[in-house]
Amino acid sequence: MKRLPLQKRTLALLAVIVPLLVLFVYVALRSGPLAPVAVTVATVKAKSITPALFGIGTVEARYTYKIGPTVAGRVQRLDVHVGDRVKAGQVLGEMEPVDLDDHVRSQESAFKRAEAALREAKARQVHAQTQAHRYEQLFAVRSTSEEIVTIKRQELQIADAVLSAAREDVARARSDREALVAQRGNLRLIAPVDGLVSSRDADPGTTVVAGQAVVEVIDPKSLWLNVRFDQISASGLAAGLPARIVLRSRSGQALAGRVLRVEPKADAVTEEMLAKVNFDTQPEPLPPVGELAEVTADLPALPAAPVIPNAAIHREHDQMGVWQVMDGDLHFTPVKLGASDLDGRVQIRERLKNGDQVVVYSEKSLTTRSRIHVVERMPGGTR
Amino acid sequence: MISLAGRDILHSWGKFVFTGVGLGLLIGVTLSMAGIYRGMVDDAQVMLDNTGADLWVVQQGTQGPYAESSSLYDDVYRSLLNMPGVEYAANVTYLIMQVGHGGHDVSTMVVGIMSGEPGTPGQPRYLVAGRHITRSHYEAVADITSGFQLGERIRIRRNLYTLVGLSKRTVSYNGDPMVFIPIKDAQEAQFLKDNDALIQQRRRNAENPAFNRPGIPGLLAAVNASQSANAYVNAVLVKLKPGTLPEDVAKPMRRWKRLQVYTRTQMESILVDKVIAKSARQIALFLVILAIVSAAIVAFIIYTLTLGKIREIAVLKLIGTKNRTIAGMIMQQSIALGIIGFVVGKITATFWVPIFPKYVLLEPLDSVAGFFAVLVICVLASVVAIRMALKVDPAEAIGG
Repeated sequence: MKRLPLQKRTLALLAVIVPLLVLFVYVALRSGPLAPVAVTVATVKAKSITPALFGIGTVEARYTYKIGPTVAGRVQRLDVHVGDRVKAGQVLGEMEPVDLDDHVRSQESAFKRAEAALREAKARQVHAQTQAHRYEQLFAVRSTSEEIVTIKRQELQIADAVLSAAREDVARARSDREALVAQRGNLRLIAPVDGLVSSRDADPGTTVVAGQAVVEVIDPKSLWLNVRFDQISASGLAAGLPARIVLRSRSGQALAGRVLRVEPKADAVTEEMLAKVNFDTQPEPLPPVGELAEVTADLPALPAAPVIPNAAIHREHDQMGVWQVMDGDLHFTPVKLGASDLDGRVQIRERLKNGDQVVVYSEKSLTTRSRIHVVERMPGGTR
Repeated sequence: MISLAGRDILHSWGKFVFTGVGLGLLIGVTLSMAGIYRGMVDDAQVMLDNTGADLWVVQQGTQGPYAESSSLYDDVYRSLLNMPGVEYAANVTYLIMQVGHGGHDVSTMVVGIMSGEPGTPGQPRYLVAGRHITRSHYEAVADITSGFQLGERIRIRRNLYTLVGLSKRTVSYNGDPMVFIPIKDAQEAQFLKDNDALIQQRRRNAENPAFNRPGIPGLLAAVNASQSANAYVNAVLVKLKPGTLPEDVAKPMRRWKRLQVYTRTQMESILVDKVIAKSARQIALFLVILAIVSAAIVAFIIYTLTLGKIREIAVLKLIGTKNRTIAGMIMQQSIALGIIGFVVGKITATFWVPIFPKYVLLEPLDSVAGFFAVLVICVLASVVAIRMALKVDPAEAIGG
């Protein structure tokens, strides 16, 4: 009877102390460096992967025509605006001729004057010829002196020379006039092809230097993408590869395309390869030139080989490898990496075979001494 | 032999256990504070570990990239690759920024990393979900503490990034989660101005007669293009070949490449002694004060416990109990109190650590040291109580 309260107290005390101790041991073993590291494992499986290359590019027009005067001058009129469709040969505008029309008229007069001079020279030559002929006959019957005949012959030669000079003068004046007319015509800004006015850089009244573009016309049928691929992940980039194009303004909508060519010159500064990608069919409405696009070029599918996720690959002591689970123990296996795709699957060339278990995700950095605890999924990580 | 201490504890065990639990909570707070300090230092170290680098190459005359800003041309790494002893060199950029997520901002450190093979220096070393970055643009891997979900699109400056992987313990030295994005995007995010600023810059250029000259039509476009390009990174991470001494490679780099180079130990001392020095000292000082206060409270508790038993002790003395037995009883009680306190403290600390917003590292060695410290404090406190108990007059047992 007397010992019962004591026993009760002992039991109560034990009821407090024992769970506390159990909890303490659990805490000591389950946290800190003694705790096992939660990992997820994946089984190596032979799979065929489709590597792809990813680059970004801008929409560009293959043909851009910058139309401007060939000499410095002032824009007189410009009939087209940005967005207008133009036809080949259409006059888009005109430069101010300044005094060119007057020059043409002056050259016209000079030409007429030369023609008049030609007529005069012709008349003189006909007269000189007649005279010479007459004096030759008189000289034949000795009714004039040889000296006079010689003078008449010379006069004929001079008249011939003057005539041919006058002819050349006429030709020169004609050519001069035609040159001025051609120059006058050159002041017109003419569309070389059917196209779309993409920019209007000067308005009437603006002075522009020789060669400066006044209007820019692009050929909308020739839109393509100038795409940049990081050199580090551009192996296999070649003309003819199918490509998926996502325009920045139409995300979620992939347009089909094809790599037209890989530029022979890469960008040495940005370490990128350049390629041109064509749309299979022109998107409607046309994307603006300069719009950013993401381009994924698909490489041919590779034959099946052991595949692991790229999250399983680690670098330990300057070796690439994976943490392999063998009978519950961790073992670092250096591997040789093969091709990989954009979804993070990597083919392994050596040292791993199908059915091997490798660690994919881990709570901590692993070492060979780590105790592991395989879980289905990592706490906090979705998927 | 009857255990006097045991009997006494059993006599009023409820009071004893509750005192022990109260003491334990106090010890738990002290242990957590030690953990907070350790976690702070560990945050700095884990940031260095995560880079996987042996050398940090930064702008000459700076202590970048963490303690100061530093900028280097992004092609410097090519010339570093040629240096003897260098296994790998990778550009990296760091940018502290707020990333919007579900209506609120997450303070993050955006890290630009070179894509390429997995395991390249700078990349997160292990993941807990998803995959590493495979595209050279617009993909991100974020630390799990950021709260981002796989597949989510996050906005950094002007572009949207798809979250493809989650990492763990990839935080900046002040505990912000890191977001890893491809280096080209990071360079753009770091140096590209907002659109309004760009337009203003263009207008300013257009109004500057030096740049907008009628005789040279392409000049303005060229000036604008050159002003919006960025070819800078914050640092180059260098991985050395096995068996190379860091200083052997760092010296020629400093001398001939005219760049500042830090080894792992130097970088650690910059971070710990300069960047987090003040806040770490603050925590450390608080830890010291907390430890002293805890020690004082333990001493008072034991003292008052003994004081409450003064009458019983007097009776014991009256019936001729040896001083050693009385002293043993008090000391055993106080050590038992200390052990209960420590166990409760360790358990509570372990359970409330995960809800701290920043990393708290409970080092087992700290716990062991804490355990012995608690014992020493208990013994010392009991010595004071014993002195008082031994001085008590047996006459007090019969009223006085």
